[in-house]
Amino acid sequence: MRTTRRWGAAVAAGLAAGLLLAACASSSEDGAGEPAAAAEGLTPVRLQLQWLTQAQFAGYYAAQEQGYYADEGLDVEILPSGGDIVPQDALAQGEVDYAIAWVPKVLGSIEQGAGITHVAQVFERSATLQVAFADSGIDSVGDLSGKTVGSWGYGNEWELFAGLNKSGVADFQLVTQAFDMLGLLNGDIDAAQAMTYNEYAQLLETVDPDTGELYTPEDFTVIDWNDEGTAMLQDAIWADAERLESDSDYQDTTVKFLKASLKGWAYARDHAQEAADAVTAAGSTLGTSHQLWMTNEVNKLIWPSTSGGIGLLDESAWERTVELALQTRNETGASIISAAPPASAFTTEYVTKALAELEAEGVDVVGTGFTPLDVTLAEGGS
Amino acid sequence: MSATSATAAPAPATAPPPTAPRSGSARPRAAAASLMRSAPLAAVASVLAVGSAWEAYKLLGPADGLMVGQTRLLPRTSDLAMPHTWDMAARLFEPVSGGAGAPPLWSAVLRAGAASLGVAAVGWLLGLVVGMLLALAMQRVRIVESAVLPLVVLSQTVPLVALAPLVRSWGARLEVGPVQWAPWMSVAVIASYLAFFPVAVGMLRGLQSPTTIHADLMRAYGAGWWPTLLRLRLPASVPYLLPALRLAAANAVVGAVVAEVATGLPGGLGRMIVEFAAFSASDPAKPWAPIFGAVALGLAAAGLVALLGTSLRRFRRLEAAR
Repeated sequence: MRTTRRWGAAVAAGLAAGLLLAACASSSEDGAGEPAAAAEGLTPVRLQLQWLTQAQFAGYYAAQEQGYYADEGLDVEILPSGGDIVPQDALAQGEVDYAIAWVPKVLGSIEQGAGITHVAQVFERSATLQVAFADSGIDSVGDLSGKTVGSWGYGNEWELFAGLNKSGVADFQLVTQAFDMLGLLNGDIDAAQAMTYNEYAQLLETVDPDTGELYTPEDFTVIDWNDEGTAMLQDAIWADAERLESDSDYQDTTVKFLKASLKGWAYARDHAQEAADAVTAAGSTLGTSHQLWMTNEVNKLIWPSTSGGIGLLDESAWERTVELALQTRNETGASIISAAPPASAFTTEYVTKALAELEAEGVDVVGTGFTPLDVTLAEGGS
Repeated sequence: MSATSATAAPAPATAPPPTAPRSGSARPRAAAASLMRSAPLAAVASVLAVGSAWEAYKLLGPADGLMVGQTRLLPRTSDLAMPHTWDMAARLFEPVSGGAGAPPLWSAVLRAGAASLGVAAVGWLLGLVVGMLLALAMQRVRIVESAVLPLVVLSQTVPLVALAPLVRSWGARLEVGPVQWAPWMSVAVIASYLAFFPVAVGMLRGLQSPTTIHADLMRAYGAGWWPTLLRLRLPASVPYLLPALRLAAANAVVGAVVAEVATGLPGGLGRMIVEFAAFSASDPAKPWAPIFGAVALGLAAAGLVALLGTSLRRFRRLEAAR
């Protein structure tokens, strides 16, 4: 009996030790290369994404995988986000060096006192859609009147509100949408929010129970905020305003970081499949066709660049976003900001330098000849 | 059955009672009893029962569920909302994604579960140490008890959504010598935050469980606080500690999974649940896999604590013998 007890204790202790080792091993895998890289004299940089690892951030993962960051002397750690991590807050609190976030969300944070600066506008176009079934009779923003309208909230709803304000629609029911499209498919939501690169693809990967085949674009109607004139600037790179002001090393790092990141995006444009694979290798579990679709749709948001080069902020687009942020009222009557942001809210100084260096290297930063792929989605995104 | 009872019925008084029907009815009963006694079989039976209940509801329940006002009381029975049990099981053996060389889903879930279990184990240990120290301090000094116990209870009212970004934010700026704060440590700290509570409360109750007569006896022996603690209070606390440890293990697992979602830590089950939610329409059986993983994780954690309980059996004399 005594030996049994000892045996039990030994097994428990052994298992516990194994778990601890596993935890340590998995953690060292996550931060792989960090200690070694630091020894080689690379500058450590932490980049905070705004969502999980997925092709929405293909350019950064491609830059990592192709060694563009290392070429610039940077050791970049890409931090995916979760439900409760706000990238601009993480940046403002000094946890990370750069962050990816939507412009209207950050404008609100800046007004609350976050000292951060827009250094590059990666996505030129908005990817937010409002999707309804084709037989729902919803073809325009005006048709949303009296309907159940879905949105994820957390600052993702402002383009929708801008559109509703513009069309004078006030009698709608706002529903907080989950991170799947079941609300629309089950009929709980008449018009659901969807990103071109993710949720819209989820719909097209789903079998229509009536036909037994995948849904097609003809089954849905789509409200695109770019067409409605209420699109706001989305994925942008943000930096710490104070360090940009006073820290010359950080200024240099910023140019290098932008240069390598934008080069990664140029790579993702020319090698969409490889970039999608790099994201999958970085730990994304999205299906192969879904990942490629996402890379391709994100490329469409960037290329061709009409502002003179990827990342270069079109100041009229910035003005429009600020204007919408000031005027748009949500269902409680609140707006994103109450006054125009300070001049330190954006700078094109660093991206201009980065673009000049890239052009000197012969990298195509405009992508005039960009033609998107024709991606066929498979069931479940496989 | 009717045939045997018919042949046995005519001559019950004359012939000695036939043994065959009797043993025939006794054998299944004995078998059923041994089946109920054998834990693994009972576990399989209960899983089958839950599975059958699922399928029965799916077959018989209202297709559109049951809504009372705006509140859904019963779920829809569609394949999207409730995939067939066999579909969910079969999905486990298909590849995670269509990518070349993608591992089968079960192995991906297992790997994620192991990562989560590792972090939860660290959180559990941390919670155990903190909880025990708190309990000792509260037992030793009465005023600490009246000061700290309300705070311990209050601590559990802080919502995890508020806690997660704080812990990550503090951790990210922490650097102890060459050791830099890693994201998984934030998750372990959050798990320990949930785990220490039952330990502190259960352990305190256990340390205080010896009656005055026991404490007086120790005092009569001239034993100080330490010997009393080692020989009386700690052994007496074991029966209270073990259920607390089980609760703490469950809390640590839940805390780790939820904190993974909140802080975005890659590799674990929490992240997998969020990632797979994207497939709930296009591949409805897939999001259930990490949920099964979480259940298995809870079972594994409870099993480990049960092993620990076996090794502490000689201190559990207060509990009914089993």
